[in-house]
Amino acid sequence: MAEERRPKQCTVVLPTESMKAMAESIGVGQLQEESCAALSEEVSYRIKDIAQDALKFMHHGKRCKLTTSDIDHALKLKNVEPLYGFQSQEFIPFRFASGGGRELHFYEEKEVDLSDIINTPLPRVPLDVSLKAHWFSIEGVQPAIPENPPPAPKEQQKTESTEPLKAVKPGQEEEGAIQKGQGATSAEAKGQFGLKPPLGKKDGLMRMKPRSTHELSVEQQLYYKEITEACVGSCEAKRAEALQSIATDPGLYQMLPRFSTFISEGVRVNVVQNNLALLIYLMRMVKALMDNPTLYLEKYLHELIPAVVTCIVSKQLCLRPDVDNHWALRDFAARLMAQSCKTFSTTTNNIQSRITKTFTKSWLDDKTQWTTRYGCIAGLSELGPDVIKTLILPRLTVEGARIKAVSDGPVVSNIDKIGADHVQSLLLKHCASVIAKARPLPDNVEQYRADYGYLGPMLCSHVVKARAQAALQAQQVNRTTLTITQPRPTLTVSQSGIGGSGGSRTPSIIKVPSSLTLMSTRPGTPTQPSPPATKYIVMATSSGSSSTQQVLWTAVLTATGKGDPELPLLQRISSLELPASEIARRL
Amino acid sequence: MAAVQDGQLNLEVEKDIKTEITNDGSGNINASSSSPGSTSSGGKSKSPAGSGEDQQTLLAVLQFLKRNKLTESVDILRREAGLSADADDSPVSESAGAGSGGVPSVGADGGDANSLLSRVSIATPVAPPATAPPKVVAASGGEDQPDVNVVLSAYSQQGDPVLYPLYYNGLKKFIESVLDCHRAELSQVFYPLFVHMYLELVYNNHENEAKQFFEKFSGDQECYYEEDLRILSSMSKKEHMKGNETMLDFRTSKFVLRISRDSYQLLKRHLQERQNNQIWNIIQEHLYIDIFDGMPRSKSQIDAMSGSLAGEGKRDANKAKVFYGLLKEPEIEVPLDDEDEEAENEEGKPKKKKPKKDSMGSKSKKQDPNAPQQTRIPLPELKDSDKLDKIMNMKEATKKIRLGPDNLPSICFYSFLNAYQGLTAVDFTDDSSLIAGGFADSTVRVWSVTPKKLRRVKSAADLSNIDKESDDVLERIMDEKTASESKILYGHSGPVYGISFSPDRNYLLSSSEDGTVRLWSLQTFTCLVGYKGHNYPVWDTQFSPYGYYFISGGHDRVARLWATDHYQPLRMFAGHLADITCTRFHPNSNYVATGSADRTIRLWDVLTGNCVRILTGHKGPIHSLAFSPNGKFMASGATDGRVLLWDVGHGLMVGELKGHTDTIYALKFSRDGEILASGSMDNTVKLWDTLKAFDDVELDDFTAATGHIHLPENSQELLLGTYMTKSTPVIHLHFTRRNLLLAAGAYNP
Repeated sequence: MAEERRPKQCTVVLPTESMKAMAESIGVGQLQEESCAALSEEVSYRIKDIAQDALKFMHHGKRCKLTTSDIDHALKLKNVEPLYGFQSQEFIPFRFASGGGRELHFYEEKEVDLSDIINTPLPRVPLDVSLKAHWFSIEGVQPAIPENPPPAPKEQQKTESTEPLKAVKPGQEEEGAIQKGQGATSAEAKGQFGLKPPLGKKDGLMRMKPRSTHELSVEQQLYYKEITEACVGSCEAKRAEALQSIATDPGLYQMLPRFSTFISEGVRVNVVQNNLALLIYLMRMVKALMDNPTLYLEKYLHELIPAVVTCIVSKQLCLRPDVDNHWALRDFAARLMAQSCKTFSTTTNNIQSRITKTFTKSWLDDKTQWTTRYGCIAGLSELGPDVIKTLILPRLTVEGARIKAVSDGPVVSNIDKIGADHVQSLLLKHCASVIAKARPLPDNVEQYRADYGYLGPMLCSHVVKARAQAALQAQQVNRTTLTITQPRPTLTVSQSGIGGSGGSRTPSIIKVPSSLTLMSTRPGTPTQPSPPATKYIVMATSSGSSSTQQVLWTAVLTATGKGDPELPLLQRISSLELPASEIARRL
Repeated sequence: MAAVQDGQLNLEVEKDIKTEITNDGSGNINASSSSPGSTSSGGKSKSPAGSGEDQQTLLAVLQFLKRNKLTESVDILRREAGLSADADDSPVSESAGAGSGGVPSVGADGGDANSLLSRVSIATPVAPPATAPPKVVAASGGEDQPDVNVVLSAYSQQGDPVLYPLYYNGLKKFIESVLDCHRAELSQVFYPLFVHMYLELVYNNHENEAKQFFEKFSGDQECYYEEDLRILSSMSKKEHMKGNETMLDFRTSKFVLRISRDSYQLLKRHLQERQNNQIWNIIQEHLYIDIFDGMPRSKSQIDAMSGSLAGEGKRDANKAKVFYGLLKEPEIEVPLDDEDEEAENEEGKPKKKKPKKDSMGSKSKKQDPNAPQQTRIPLPELKDSDKLDKIMNMKEATKKIRLGPDNLPSICFYSFLNAYQGLTAVDFTDDSSLIAGGFADSTVRVWSVTPKKLRRVKSAADLSNIDKESDDVLERIMDEKTASESKILYGHSGPVYGISFSPDRNYLLSSSEDGTVRLWSLQTFTCLVGYKGHNYPVWDTQFSPYGYYFISGGHDRVARLWATDHYQPLRMFAGHLADITCTRFHPNSNYVATGSADRTIRLWDVLTGNCVRILTGHKGPIHSLAFSPNGKFMASGATDGRVLLWDVGHGLMVGELKGHTDTIYALKFSRDGEILASGSMDNTVKLWDTLKAFDDVELDDFTAATGHIHLPENSQELLLGTYMTKSTPVIHLHFTRRNLLLAAGAYNP
């Protein structure tokens, strides 16, 4: 790897276009190409030189992140006037502009009216430094208290669950990784530090997986009790708090088995009793567990998946199927299922294909009830447009005929009719967007009828709508590329839809401080029919100054992942967020 | 700035050097031949060498120097005077060759190389006094502004730039084809050769060739040189070389290689056969080859020692005797009453305590043979309060927990909250009652971690009202109104990078980016002195274990030894080739260790100011040092995430502890030295079994003599525990007198 990087190091030079742009900005109009080249080399050298000095200050400041003050100090070393006035923000928002055949990234400096600054209320004084002591280890054992990290980090949980025989002592694990890394690079890098025991010398011994005990401390037991009670209790505020805790607390690893048992038992009991509310609460717990970045659920899927699938396809989930909105629960659970397929499906456990098989089988069964049928279709369609294309579209005609039979035929039962209605709207919702993408343009009603039978005409109008929406979005996307870093004084605008899978993706793209909760509609409330490519405008407030509500970042996210036109854009944005030290290292 | 006409410039440059160096040379003669009248010869030699008379004088000088075996000076003089080897062939038969002057003819080549060999072999057996190496380095590297032109001019010799890769490749092929046992040793030549060839190309304005050369061969270099390579790679023009510190380091100091005689012969023969002058010249001019007799070293042995900016330390640099033993503790009558009172509380204890106390007493009575003389450096006299503290210390020591692999210490972690990444330094007092933090916002904060609050002494007006005869006068002088848990000290104008309590807890030292070291009183919480001397950031400072003295080191590459009552330093330790990043006193206060960004550790004698040890082996800037309590061993941690253990007496590396993944900022031995704790940027504290580490090392006479040590393969057996913080880099560690480990760092949400 080092070899790949080095040639680059040698040649990284600022582009001559930048030199031109800078020259123009100070009033030098025509700069010779040669002078540009000479300048850019000189400037690159000086910048590298300064960056290397700045790194010294970073190291002595005991930080991993290069700050603007480090650069100031490095300039001072060289007897150069420092660039006063730069603040170290989390990231510096570069704007991108193109035109006249040039592409530039620049930092926008706005003119600020002094009176504005004077008139704004003073920000809250930051908290003063304080000292806090805790027991880090007691006679060699680290106590499980909130100040200490959870006993097993997510990576370790993952390796434990996927490679059960490779469990090693926690202390030795890192070393193992390092040695492996060395072994890999040594072929090229001439065995950097020389000393390395032959690989597998240790691993060669068959290691039995140590029995892991999940003893809970008294505090943990109390916590578990409180949380589970709040999750299924009647107070909504408490529940929100409890779910938030499940989704964010880093120390839940040891309680995970209890939670998963709690959920699976809970679903089993409440399905029989048709207690819709409790089922919804339990599903929200599943969601919260999945959202927790420190937990790796693989080991507990055998309990969680049956519970979730039950909530998708069960014949009856509530006491009054004609009135209660159990459809939302099915939708929500289906989304959860899709999410876990995405996260945990491997070639070994094959979750996605097994789930798909289960859904298809019961859907194909003629005797299946409308409720189950709805669940199966919802579950399948959440798995993505490919699944819809291959599994659902071919069956539209058959399904259409079945719906027609119910709605046109003699009124047997109201329940069947409602079920058929829901299935119909579900199919229309999911299929329209897929068809809109796959089918060539002229949307002919007759053609649709021929292709999709009873549902054809309705599909046709939905497809037309979906296309119109897509066009509108495309426009918006163009607009947002320009305004992407514009601070806007308004707060969150959510056009429509539910947080489902979109919410879980956001942390990787933009930094969402803990103070900001994402817009996520409760699964209990009825969902509006929404086209899959719904948009979110998520705005992060800077975590420190909650009072000033200064909006730093606006980004457009889409609810579905694949094939979005915005995706490359988002990647571009996120790539700008490199830590400064990284940038310095690349220099 | 740009070089206008190279030829002219070079000419001028060379003239400059000639005048300068010849002056130097003649000065030398004056001193050694002690003939006061010869000053005129200096004046004469100012005119360019060439007239017969001058030539004569020079030759005479050369001969004199040679007779006195001052081979270094001979070479320098000859080079600068522009004398080619054949010019003095006639007067001196066993001439030491000078490869650089002109291009020697093919016929003279063999003789040239031979003479070089003779020079090297002369150089090795004559062990210069231990003081020589640092002096040499100090003279060349320690100057404030070494004339860049002088430094660079040696590169003005021209070779065909196209041939450079061929030369290098030829050598590479040769080294790859030699026997395995020699290959590792000879491979050491690659890196310095590469660097100097590259610099030569750059200096002679062969920019593209230099770039190509770099791209082609930089991948072959050992990965631990990556940092330096990055700096080199950014230097692609001659103008860049001016003022570049790394470049100056390469030029002003010879890269030291240790090669066995056999391997060296091989290399020499090869270069002779190929008549590869370019490489020969570089080896002669810029490399110092330390030849030893015996088995060639293995790859792992070499790798363990290499990595520093200027190669390994010369063997004779580590030969000086170091008195690493501890000073005799002054005998203090321990009031027995207290002891007995406590002993009565628990039965069975007195039996244990008695022998322990005895052993302590006997230890202090017997003079350690390795210890320096008690009065080798003057130490402050003990005050009554110091004696009281000593008594407390001994009492506490009796309650000390004996640590070991089965008995790990408890760790208490002090997290700094809301520090906003601004915590830069931490220190605890020896009795663990106070903790101080240095911050990036230029403040120093002191906390009391005991219930006893921090109080200021009353103002002078109030003090005059106090009854000075009363028993509790020490209580009365304190101003109760100012009691608080923490105090902030303002005074610095830059981030505070180093901080240290005095052993008597009356003073606090802090060093900062603003170039000053400040002494604060912990009675009045005001600044007493600002020590100015370093003009650049001062990275670290530390009080001597006996107080009074302190050491500081910083970006200016010079460590300074101060006494608190002198505003100017008592000693300046020059020799490091890059920033001094950390400084530590030896427990007996007679020595000072400094770690540097040039990846070496140097041990300095406080009395003489000499460098007595150069320890190489780290692959990154060294950020932490710790002496074992018995003074015999030292541990060092660097950005490469490795801890190295050193035997101070022998100047040898005795262990390598791998496990950390980031810079190690904190190292501390337990009070009895059984356990080493290391804290790192990777948010972990690790405990290592040092007893075992030091026991495992077999030191026979041979390894002690040659310094070729076989390190134990696996440091994992020494690892006793790893403790991870949530998100707090560990930047300081401290063992209390009862062997409780305290760790500190800023929580980094």
